[in-house]
Order: sequence, then C-alpha cells, then structure tokens
Amino acid sequence: MTAFWKEYAENRVALVALAVVLLVVAAALAAPWIAPQDPYDLANLDLMDARRPPGFVGSSGYAHWLGTDAQGRDLFSAILYGLRISLQMGLVAGASAMAVGALLGILAAHAGGWVEGAIMRVVDLQLSFPAILLALVLVAVLGQGKAQLVIALVAAQYAYFARTAYGAATAERQKDYVEAARATPLPGWRVVLRHLLPNCLPPLIVVGTVQVANAIALEATLSFLGLGLPPTEPSLGMLISNGFQYMMSGRTWISVYPGVALIIMITAINIVGDQLRDQFNPRLRR
Amino acid sequence: MLGFLIQRLLQAALVMLAMSALVFLGVYAIGNPIDVLISPDATQDIRAATIRAYGLDRPLWEQYGVFLGRLLRGDLGRSFVFNIPVLELVLDRLPATLELALASVLIGAFVGVPLGIYAGYRPDGALSRGIMAASVLGFSVPTFWVGLILILTFAVNLGWLPAGNRGETVRVLGAGWSFLTWDGLQHLALPALNLSLFKLAMMIRLARAGTREVMLSDTVKFARAAGLSEWTILRRHVLRLIAIPLVTVFGLEFGSTLAFAVVTETIFSWPGVGKLIIESITALDRPVMVGYLVLVAFLFVTINLVVDLAYAALDPRLRRRARA
Repeated sequence: MTAFWKEYAENRVALVALAVVLLVVAAALAAPWIAPQDPYDLANLDLMDARRPPGFVGSSGYAHWLGTDAQGRDLFSAILYGLRISLQMGLVAGASAMAVGALLGILAAHAGGWVEGAIMRVVDLQLSFPAILLALVLVAVLGQGKAQLVIALVAAQYAYFARTAYGAATAERQKDYVEAARATPLPGWRVVLRHLLPNCLPPLIVVGTVQVANAIALEATLSFLGLGLPPTEPSLGMLISNGFQYMMSGRTWISVYPGVALIIMITAINIVGDQLRDQFNPRLRR
Repeated sequence: MLGFLIQRLLQAALVMLAMSALVFLGVYAIGNPIDVLISPDATQDIRAATIRAYGLDRPLWEQYGVFLGRLLRGDLGRSFVFNIPVLELVLDRLPATLELALASVLIGAFVGVPLGIYAGYRPDGALSRGIMAASVLGFSVPTFWVGLILILTFAVNLGWLPAGNRGETVRVLGAGWSFLTWDGLQHLALPALNLSLFKLAMMIRLARAGTREVMLSDTVKFARAAGLSEWTILRRHVLRLIAIPLVTVFGLEFGSTLAFAVVTETIFSWPGVGKLIIESITALDRPVMVGYLVLVAFLFVTINLVVDLAYAALDPRLRRRARA
C-alpha cells in the first residue's frame, strides 16, 4: 500500500487531481454549512438580486462572488448544492453499475456454456450501442426522477464493467488457486466471491473511476436536455441549462460557472483514473 | 468471401429482430399507449372502439407480430403530433443529421489522424504533449458544454459564425444540403466542430498508440536501413499499418456520432432527427420514438456489417478464420 501510494505521488498532475477530487467531495458534503445561502429556500431569494454579475453585493449584505441567476439565487451556493446532487448521482449510478456488471461478468466466466454465451452476447451488443441513446430511451419510458435516472445510467454503463470483469475472470479462472478452490467441497458462490472477485477488483476500480466521471457527464447531459432530474433537484446540468437562455444577452456567468465546476470535477476524476490504470497495468511497469 | 457475407447478413438480421422486440417492449408495453391515444374525457364506447382499432386488446405477442409486419413494409405508423407518417417525418430530417455527422467524422479523421501520427512520431516533443493534453480534455468535457462555449466565443463575442439553424440549403436528390452554399457552410461549422471533438480526441489517441508501436517495429528499421526518407516511411508504412483499427473505429464512431447528434442538434437548433427525438420524447409522441429507434438500430447494424466487410477486405486472415 505504501509503495503504491509512493508511486502514485510521483506523478505531480495526478496528485493535484486527487487533491481536487477530495476538495470537491468535501465541498459537496459540506454544502449546507459552507454555502452563503440555502439556494432552494424561497424566503432567502430576492428578485431584486436577479441576474447580477459576479462580485455584486446583494440585498442580504454579502458579495455574490459568482453572480446570481434569474431567480436572484447566489450562484456559488447553487453550484455547491448542484455538485452534491451530481456527485451523488454519479457515485450511486457508478457503484450500482459496477455491482451489476461485475456480477454478470464473473458469473459468465465462472458458469461458462450457454450462460456465458447469452450474457456476453447481450453485453457486446450493448457496447456497440451508444450509451446516451439507451439512457435517453429509458428516461423517456420510465419518466423522470432520481431512481429512474439511476436505472437509466446503470443500464447504459453496466456493460463496461461486465466486459472488464469477464476479461479478468477468464484469465484468473485458469490459474491453479481457482482450480484448487473448485476441487474443495466449497459452494460455487463462495469460490466466486472469496477467490475470483478480489482478484478481478483492480481493473474494475479503474473502470469504476472513469465511469463515475462518465455518469456525472451523462446525467448533466440528460438534465441539460430537460430529461434528467426534476427541477426540485437541480444538478449542475440543470443549472447550465437554466443559464443557457441568458447567454445570448451577455449574462454568461449563469451558465459558465456551473460548467467550469462540472469540468474541473470530471477532468480531475479522469486524471486519477488514468494514473490508477497505469499503475495497475503490469505491462507499463518499469 | 460469399460464406462470410451470408453469415454476417444472417447475424445482422437476428440483431435487428432482437432490437425491434426490445424497442417495441420498451416503448409500447411499459407505458400505457391508451392514455396517450385517447383523450381522458372520451366516452366508454369511443375508448373501446379505439382500443380495438389499434389492436390494443389483443395479446402482446400478436401486437408485436402486427408491429413487425408493418415494419417490414416500411410502415412505422403516424406521428401523433404532426399527423404525417413517421417514415416521411424522419426521412425529411435525416439528411440534416447525416450531413452533420459526416462533417464531424471527417474533421475527426483528417485532423485527428495526422495530429496523432505526429504525437506518436515525436512522443516527447512539446507539441505532442500539448496535443495529448487537449485530447484528454476532448474526452472529459461534455459535448453540450463545449457547444455552449463555442456559441459564446464565435457567435456572441466574436460574431464570426451563426449559432443556429442550417442557413441556406440547396436541394439535391430531393433533400436540402447546407454544405453546398457559403451561408450553409458557415452554419455547419460550429455544430460540426462541436460534434467532432470527441472523435478527434479518440482518433488522436488511436493514431498515436498505433504509430508508437509501428515505429519500434522491424518494418520501420528495415525501411530506414534501406534509406527511405522519414516522410515516405510515415506515409507508406506507418499509415498503412495503423489503418485497420482506424477504419473500424471510424465506422463504428459514425453510428455513435449519429446518436450524439441529439445533444449538438439541440444546442445549435439544427433541424435533424436528434432534435426530433428530443421533441417527441417531451411530447410523448410514441410512434416517432419507435420509428427513430428502429431506424438508428438499422443504421447501426448496417454500419457494423459494412465495417466487418471492409475489415475482411483489408485483412485476409479474417476471411480464412470465418471459413474455417
């Protein structure tokens, strides 16, 4: 573990990215305490403050460092709350997709035969089909809401995990320790969970990191198209979408700052994922 | 080659059948089409008559059979909103999307591949590092966000390019095309660039990885020993060796570009099928949703088939394996 951390710390960019990710997570967790206002308590909003540029000192007596939106909401506070929702969706969807995908992939590798054929056929078919379309259709069919969105994101993403887990598990199952475990009278699920799964985890973690970033981006895209979360749960995508109509009149901050927050988060997660992939990949070891 | 062709055609037909069943189940069976078709204040008699007229009282597999039969005859139903046949509606919008997708895939290939080859040829150069950093951004940054920034920069602040619609079009082969007029080209520029960024990043990465590998191979060593110029080596050997994976990705990406056009078309109000599907989802226009999905699935299957065949033409080993 120490050696792993030492190797990670050698890459300055990855180190900074990790710090950014931790900072964003901390800010999202602490949003109710560090945001200057609760952006969704209507009593706090004053329409006189609406669409003010960054740095404007509003009627509540403090400066809106990132400006305000069309309802007179402090944009910094709205972004912190938006981060919270975006991150939550990304993590829940990513983790669920990983659980479903890993299970299916390992099951396919372990069971073999027609089970293997059926699962991997579907997975391959889905991998060739763009995730955004599938998510779009599911949201359209299931309706809007947090649970529906998670289902749509999981359905769009589990295939990546299934492919990865399947690849890792087929390589592992030929090794002697799995052979030995199978020879014992232990039940099949125990061999899968205690022996096969832990050895498939490193590649899954790498895919998981990247897929959390993808889930956040996908959620933001769906919300931007008006097919994501309901307006009562504004993620970053919806903040950007709300500001889009004011862009042409030069009030660019309403869209731009939430977008900057989104990009910083996604890019940082992707860089961490890249570094993890390089470290887990034995071919790149010096 | 003929056996290979038949095998692939059968596979494609099977996939198409599975997709149509999925789409049918997804859009027709999960939601209740009766609520959409019949106004809530209709009398009991009208309700019953409509349900019978649309065959909604029959078992699901029978409904699917009817749906499939119509599908084979090219009948995708009528749009609830526009009240014209879905096929007509989609085909009317399709050229705009095809034009956009093709333009962005071409940008991706003709800009991305040379940049990637350069980055692979000089992996440690400052320019190569810049190219690679930009490609990481191309992967991470959501398309819709880049679209906004492009509009902000080139349409709002600089005022160089228009931010919406197709501009002037010329009718050729029964469809309007923007790329044939200067005004249309200007309108095409921003959305095509926006849609191409992801492909660009991907082409750069693939071409770079391929070039790095090929540059270390014996082929290149021999070519150098034979006294060929670096330019000739890159053009004659490297490009040819990295071509196969690039062709595959190029083809497959064309399909996903059609799908991602949904986002770009919405931002730039580009009147293509992507914008149509978003509108029909919001309006619960089920026949259009089904029609669009079936057509996209069909395009996907066709593209996969063409890519497979092109692959076989480029790499004879695949043909032999399929025969064996």
